[in-house]
This record gives sequence, structure tokens and C-alpha cells, in this order.
Amino acid sequence: MPTKQSDNPIAPVGDSVVRLDARAKVTGSAIFADDFQFGPNLLHARVVRSPHPMALIKKVDTSEAESMPGVKGIVTGKDFDGMLGLYLTDRYILCRDRVRYVGDAVAVVAAETVEIAEEAVKKVKVEYEVLPPVLDPEEGIKPSATVVHPDLGNYAYPNFIFPEAGTNIANRFKVRKGDVDDGFKKCAAIVERKYRVPHIQHVPIEPHVSVAKWDEDGHITLWTSSQSPFAQRNLIAKALHVSQGSVEVIAPYVGGGFGAKAGVSMESLAVVVASKTKGRPVKLVLTREEEFHAAFCRQGLVAFYKMGCDKDGNLIAVDNQYYWDAGAYTEYGVNITRASGYSSTGPYRVPNVRVDSLCVYTNHPVGGPMRGFGMPEIHVGLEQCMDDLAHEIKMDPYEFRKKNCVKEGDIIVTGMKMHPTGLSKCIDEVAKAIDWGKKEPATAPNKRRGKGMAIMWKAPAMPPNAGSSAEVKFNEDGTVDVAIGGQELGQGTFTVMAQMVASALGIPYEWVRISTPIDTKFSPYEWQTVASRLTWSMGNAVRLAALDARKQIIDLVSKAWNEDPNNLDIRNGVVVSYKTEETLPLKDTVIYGIPKENYNGWMGGPVVGRGSFMPTYVTGLDKDTGQGERAVVHYTTGCQAVDLEVDIETGKLDIIKAVSAFDVGKAINPDMVRGQMEGGFVMGMSTGYFEAMRLKGGVMQNPSFVDYRIATSSDIPQKIESIIVEVAQDDGPWGARGIGEHSMVPTVPAIGNAIFDAIGIRVGDPPFSAEKVYLAMMDAGIVK
Amino acid sequence: MSYHRITLTVNGTKEQVDVPSNMTLLRMIREKLALTGTKNGCAAGECGACTVLMNGEPVNSCMVLAAECDGANIVTVEGLAKDHQLDPIQETMMSSGGVQCGFCTPGILVTARALLDRNPNPSENEIREALVGNLCRCTGYIRIIDAVKKASHAEAR
Repeated sequence: MPTKQSDNPIAPVGDSVVRLDARAKVTGSAIFADDFQFGPNLLHARVVRSPHPMALIKKVDTSEAESMPGVKGIVTGKDFDGMLGLYLTDRYILCRDRVRYVGDAVAVVAAETVEIAEEAVKKVKVEYEVLPPVLDPEEGIKPSATVVHPDLGNYAYPNFIFPEAGTNIANRFKVRKGDVDDGFKKCAAIVERKYRVPHIQHVPIEPHVSVAKWDEDGHITLWTSSQSPFAQRNLIAKALHVSQGSVEVIAPYVGGGFGAKAGVSMESLAVVVASKTKGRPVKLVLTREEEFHAAFCRQGLVAFYKMGCDKDGNLIAVDNQYYWDAGAYTEYGVNITRASGYSSTGPYRVPNVRVDSLCVYTNHPVGGPMRGFGMPEIHVGLEQCMDDLAHEIKMDPYEFRKKNCVKEGDIIVTGMKMHPTGLSKCIDEVAKAIDWGKKEPATAPNKRRGKGMAIMWKAPAMPPNAGSSAEVKFNEDGTVDVAIGGQELGQGTFTVMAQMVASALGIPYEWVRISTPIDTKFSPYEWQTVASRLTWSMGNAVRLAALDARKQIIDLVSKAWNEDPNNLDIRNGVVVSYKTEETLPLKDTVIYGIPKENYNGWMGGPVVGRGSFMPTYVTGLDKDTGQGERAVVHYTTGCQAVDLEVDIETGKLDIIKAVSAFDVGKAINPDMVRGQMEGGFVMGMSTGYFEAMRLKGGVMQNPSFVDYRIATSSDIPQKIESIIVEVAQDDGPWGARGIGEHSMVPTVPAIGNAIFDAIGIRVGDPPFSAEKVYLAMMDAGIVK
Repeated sequence: MSYHRITLTVNGTKEQVDVPSNMTLLRMIREKLALTGTKNGCAAGECGACTVLMNGEPVNSCMVLAAECDGANIVTVEGLAKDHQLDPIQETMMSSGGVQCGFCTPGILVTARALLDRNPNPSENEIREALVGNLCRCTGYIRIIDAVKKASHAEAR
């Protein structure tokens, strides 16, 4: 590519420009899904949900509810026979013959007001035959366990998912590499641990909201807070047996997603009830309580680790089992199981690996994707075991990581050759910033101080052929509208895309607008806003679209001026000739073309640039060994460390300083990259301090902000430092790869390792609440 | 359901509204006045997304009945800017990177405005304490706290 493009002085890629959406968001004018105005025609929906974790539905009687004044439509499972499921189609839109978790949707009511809908929900009579539930993945794989999905053998699934019919195993990913048993014989130290990582919730501040409308001609419109407008269109259309073209998903700004608003969860409920109220839109907003137990949660994990190294600290063998508590259905769970299998060793070079990662159906809330997609969960144990192993052979955990961490050219767990990565540099940068090796004095007599470190890797987990596309259209004044299908969740993708277009085209950043809301009828296709894939994948499409537009302009002007296109450039919105110094503002050509000599006709016309991108090189992996040439597109790697104090009188943790370094390939907007690192660290810290869905008999005991605490402004570290490392991604736009999810992956084990450094004990399973830390100190005799 | 006719000032404009007894200030602002900048995050007074100023004090508008607001002076996020001139806290939230998804932002701006009105030069701890009722899941609060500090410095000038 011509390097001249990066000369654009106004907003080159790499500048920390102010967010494109900042002004709309600070003035309250940014529109979110609940803000669309529908007028008095709008109806409101509420959901009849199962009170049982597992039961057969014997009878649903809606007659009394239907006769209530103000009730406009009720829909139950018998009305729709289509199935949903991103990978494994394992659920009906509404339960038909059985319910599988507390909160499973049995019926939906649409009424003139929320209050009437709520009253009508109470009048829907459902008779159940209660069955013994499965409430633990280790129990769930036993032959004696109730089978949650007796029809598993009939479900559709893609060729990289391996459900085991007649059991609760929705997917099993196996790694068999080298000779593990022989490997352990060569080990000087072996560590074996079990960790349980609890279910947690995403907790976006904006609850899920969907508004659906069916027109008489069959057109369905869905306004929704969404990370996946196109995937929702596709899945809902298939479940309703209609064309994807008949379903239009309109998705404005998202008030936080973190995975919760990917795929189809509650959106289909609004759609089906609206089928009963043709012409009238129906709105469904989840209450905060529903957000906690009826929306996708992060799956629980029970993990067994066994790993060993030789006396010099070389990792020799890893033998891990991951039992995922998938919950009642597996929209994404089967692929989280797969991702945690193909990344199962963490970012380490290990010659001998045996791993089984199992996705186990239970009667718990539905596990969905959450920031990190399995990586924060498996790294909890991995990275604390690595410290334990280092201590066993009396090696500094930093040295141990530097020695064993994955480097360019290494053959990783799946047999794939590792691409260039800045992981070693991340470790060094973090060690320097946290003053690794220096024991800091505690700030008070009742405090014990320690430092801990953890590293991570994560690849975008998606089908091998997830695609992106983009369109760049000019306005008369030379400004540009960019149509994309990727969503702004707060991560800053609109800003980054605008920076890329400005840089590739040679126009000021301020001239670029993103066409919003995303509307599947008008926006170009994007698989989903997940997997930290947009900067890389959609960025490639956007860059190609901008370069396509640029080429059209340069070709036209070169013809008009009879010049070699190589002598022409676009700078600051003006076409310039480096040879003749002639100039032409874009506004004079991008819509109206250029007149021929003496106005003897015209050439050119409105410029529209198009770009699309899809990775074509990801290969399948062997079912029995998990081995293959290229498991994933790439890995983002990084390191975190914390310097913290434990209050031995209360068990309370206080992080004095936190440091992160991640290899993002190229920071398109460095300030926003640091913002992702800070936000991710605090989210990780919050999960490490406080967060767990307390499930008892399948019922969540703490579905409110009072009982499920997340970090507030008073909990955060005194100092957070975020360091950008840039080792270019060969197929990333300007070398960029993703960062959104990665920043919370190593946080919990880094805290666990720092607690160990401070007080010499492992607290056990997260969260490391003050109570748990205090009790662990009592058990260890540190306090009496 | 009984209705109440109330008169109040919202963002400097006198409004007369008929509200049912059970309508919250939040719903009145969003549904009757179509000021959708104020957000509903939990409807239980726990997340702070719906914070507005009521007679100069920050309140969770989901916890106040509209009928109680007769004669009140309400300021929402839409009322912070004056004559298209952004409030300093709006400017510094933008420049500090304190905005990500933007859903908690209106409530945070209003809470911060109230803090700066009663304490023009707050310490780091005072800022953290003032914001403790406004949950943010995106930013990790660092840049929001920075924004409040910067606004306080800007206003001191």
C-alpha cells in the first residue's frame, strides 16, 4: 500500500482523538433502545417464567388472563415450533413440553400497560410435573443424572461441535498432544489443584430491551439493544421459518453488553408476542431481577489442573479437565467449551498435553458469552498453579513465566505455529512498572503486603468464516458516511472506524460519520460484535472500503488531469498532484464528477467504496486430538500485576497499584486502548472481590445490586497503569488486533498470587471476599 | 388510579403535568416530558443511572413519586448545558475519556455537578465518595474521577 496515506496530518491512525459519540452521550441526546418513541400504539410485554429448575409442562391455561381488559395478546410454546441456537439448536422460543431452569419462558403477555401485563402473568395457570434437577456439572455427567435434553440427538449443530446424545454433554473438546504420562515421569515438581469458578453476571447498566412489530405484509421489525443484529435476524428468521429479509433488526447505541446482548436471549420473546398484535409494537424490558437470573450469565466452571515442570523450570506436561456448567441451553456454551479447549494451556509452550473440556447441561440459568469467553475462568486456576509450580522448584514466578511463555514460532497446544507476539515484552513492562522483586513495607501494622502477576492469551472465538463488510459514501461537501454492521457498545468501535476511514482516505477525522442505528435492512453484514474482533475484522473491511473509494477518486482525477495515479494523493480532503501541485477539493468531484474539456460531457459520478473481509485460513481440528494447522486467527496476549494489602483484622483487600500491559498489535486510539485496560481490570477485580450468583436448588439468591455487589468508585485501586505493547498483526488493519475482553482475563489470578505473596496461603475459589479471606487466615492460623 | 396535576420547573422551563399517583419522577421525565437522557438501570434506587437534581440535590428519580414534585426545581442531563455551551463537567468527561457506553453518564454528570456546586475543590476521596451510588461497568471509574478533578480546576480559573 502507498505509505503516503499515513501522512494525513489531521487524524492519523494512532491518535487519541475524542470519541465520536462523546458529545451525544454527555448531553443525553444519544439514543438507546428504550428511548425510541412509539406513541400511544405501544404495548408492553411481561413474561410467564418457570418457578422450577426442571419440570414437565402438563397444561397451560391462558383463558382467564386473555379475558382481562387491556390484554391484547398472549403467546405460549404451542404457537411456535421452531428452534433457536447459535451453534447447537437446543431450545424452543417458548417452552413446549418442559422447563429447564428457574426463569425459563413459558408464555408472554402483551397489554396496554406494564401493570396490566404483570397482573395477566399472574393469571396464566401452568401445571407442572416437577423432575429432579441437575445442579452441578460433575453430577451432570454421571449416568444416574437426569437427562436435561432427551432430544439432544435430534438437534442440529455445526461440524466442530460434538454433542453426546443420551447424556448431558453438549460438547466435548479433547486435546491429546505428546505423551502426558511419560512427561510427568520427567517432572521435578507436579502441582494438582481443583478450582470452582462461580456463575457471574455481566451487569450492563442498561437492561435488555426489545420492541417488536409485525406488519400485515409479514415484515417484522425488532428495535433492540444488541451486539448481534445480524445473528439475531438470522436465528429468529430460521426459528419462525421466514426469510432473513423479512426480519429487520434496528439497533442503536448499546448501554453495555459484555456478551449479555449477543445472540438471541429475550429478543425472540418480544417478536413472538407481537405476532398476536399485528401493527402494534410491543416492548419488553427486563427488570433488574430478570437481568440477574433470566438473561445469559457467565457459565460456572469446575476445573481440575495437573501440571509439571523439570528442575530447571521447563513446563513438561499439562493434564486438565474443565467441566462447564452450561445451564439449561448452550447458545454459546458449546463454543466456550471449545475455545477453552484449544487455549487450554494458557499462553505457554507445553510439549505434552491432555485436556478434556466438557459442556454439561444443568438446570441452572443459561450460560452465555461473557467478556473473555472462558479465558478468565480457566486462567483463575492456570495462573495460580503456575505460581505454585514456580515456588515448588524455588524459581521466581516472573522468571518462570519468561522461560515458558509462548513466543513466535512455538508450536502451541493445537499444533498451530505461534505468530509474532509481544507477550515477553508485556511481562517485562509489567515487572518494571510494579517494581517486581522489591518487597514493599505495609502501610499499617494490621496490613500484610504482597505482589502477584498473571499472564493471559485469548483468540477471537467464532466460526472459521465470520465475515465483515463496509460501505463508504460521500456527501456533497466531501464528508463521509460509513455504513457498518458492527455495534458501538462503549468499546469505541465507531471512533476507531472513523479514524481508519480518515486515514485511508486522506480526510479529516471530523468529516467521518458512522451510519446509525445499525439496521440490518440498510447496514452491510457483520457477523456479531463479539470476540474482540471488530478492530481487526471490521477494521479490515472498513479500510478496504475507504481504499476502494480512494482508488475511484484517484483514477478519475488521473484521467481528467492526464497524470500517473502514482503522482496523486488525497491530503486533508483535497486531491493533490505531487508533480504539478494542482489541487482539487473532494467536494468538487465525489458526487458530481468532473467535466471534460469545455464541458464536452462529464466523467465519474457519486463515489461509493465497498469492502469486505473474512478469514479464509482457519482449519478444522481433529475430533480426538484437537490438533490442526491453524485453530484460530490470532491470539492477543498480555500481563497484569497487582501490589496489594490484606487487612488481617477484616480480610479486606486493597490494591495499591495495578499494572496491565497488552500486545494490541497497533493502538488505533491509544487513550481508548488504555480505557479498555482500566475498565477490564476493574471488572476483573470486581469479579475477584465480590461477584458470584448464589444458586441454591437452581434459584438465584442474590438477584439485586444490594446482594450482588459490583465495584464502585470507592473500591478501585489507588493507581492503575496501563501499558501498550505493539507487535503488528500481519493481517490486521495497520497491524491491529483486539483488546476489549482480554483486559479482565488475568486479573483474578494476579490478585490470588498477590494474596499468597502477602500472607502465604491460597484462599481457594473466587471471589476472594473479605469474609473468605478472613476465614482462610483463621484456618491457616494467621489470625485467631 | 387517581391523578394529580403538578407544576414544576424542569431545566428552567415551567411544566404542568398530570401524573398518576404511582408514577415515578423518572417515568414522568421520560414518558411525559420525553426527556430520555435520564436512564432507567434498576428501578430500585441502586445504580444511579436515573440521578437528577431536585432542588439542587441529587436524587434517584426512580425512587421519587412525581406527585411529590409539585413546585420542585428539577435539572436533568439535558439541562446541564446552557445556550449550547457545555457544562465544564461535560467537557472534561469527553476529554478525559470518562465516557464509554454512556448509559451511566447522565447520572454521573448530574451527581458530579451537585458535588462541584457544594464543594468546588473536592479531594480524590471526596470525589470517590460522591460517586459511590453511580455504578459504571465500563470505565473502571478512573477517568470519571479525573474528569471531576479537571472540571473543578477549570471552574476555579
